[in-house]
Amino acid sequence: MSFKDISQIAGSAMAAQTVRLNTVASNLANADSVSGNENDTYRARKPVFAAVMNEDGAAGSRVQVLDVVQSAEPLRKVYEPDNPMANADGHVFYPNVNQVAEMTDMMSASRAFETNVEVMGRVRGMQQSLLKLGEG
Amino acid sequence: MGINFKEATGVHADALHLRAERTRVLASNIANENTPGFQAKDIDFAASMAQLRSQDEGGLSLISDSDPLYRVPFHPSTDGNTVEIGVEQAAFSQNATDFQTSLTFINMKLRGLAKAINGQ
Repeated sequence: MSFKDISQIAGSAMAAQTVRLNTVASNLANADSVSGNENDTYRARKPVFAAVMNEDGAAGSRVQVLDVVQSAEPLRKVYEPDNPMANADGHVFYPNVNQVAEMTDMMSASRAFETNVEVMGRVRGMQQSLLKLGEG
Repeated sequence: MGINFKEATGVHADALHLRAERTRVLASNIANENTPGFQAKDIDFAASMAQLRSQDEGGLSLISDSDPLYRVPFHPSTDGNTVEIGVEQAAFSQNATDFQTSLTFINMKLRGLAKAINGQ
């Protein structure tokens, strides 16, 4: 029986979704972090998920976070001469964080996390009833 | 007269093994819900069961994991991921229930045998 593998698979997914939630939190927190320099401005981050194939060729693959990449979307350039961060032209750069997209991403990540918690709970139930086999 | 436990539990011992294997495949589908390019898989339960049974009759105790088949999605997605979470959750739930059913049958058999042994 391969209950340990199943817990590991669900656990890896929970870890991956936690990383995703982390980037969402970071993106939302820095949505208004302005900068007077295009290079120093915060850019939205996104994790890249990849499946890990089993080394023994058996079915069932874990998830890993390959990398966290920065969004290549253009920054928002705003004319705010009163802003202490403004550059010589009076411009500031806003991060390329799409708050609506981040909110939907957050919902998707937390739902996926919950689903994997359910999987783990269900597998634990199966394992426990297997242990009780032959009792009473 | 001896009691053959393997025979007594019947088809359900094999079914239990396959159900556990299928749980792993379905858990992996659910875990990879957001992985780009991931292809959802599933075990053909009837075919695997037939294979297991035919091995039993031949006297072989080897258990082979039959190759999982790829799922055909209802709605293809742009990133090549074929996991549809509703389908997977339904399959997982049904599979877990079937596991408990097989377990209950085995338990009932064992209880019957215990009664016979104790002479009740």
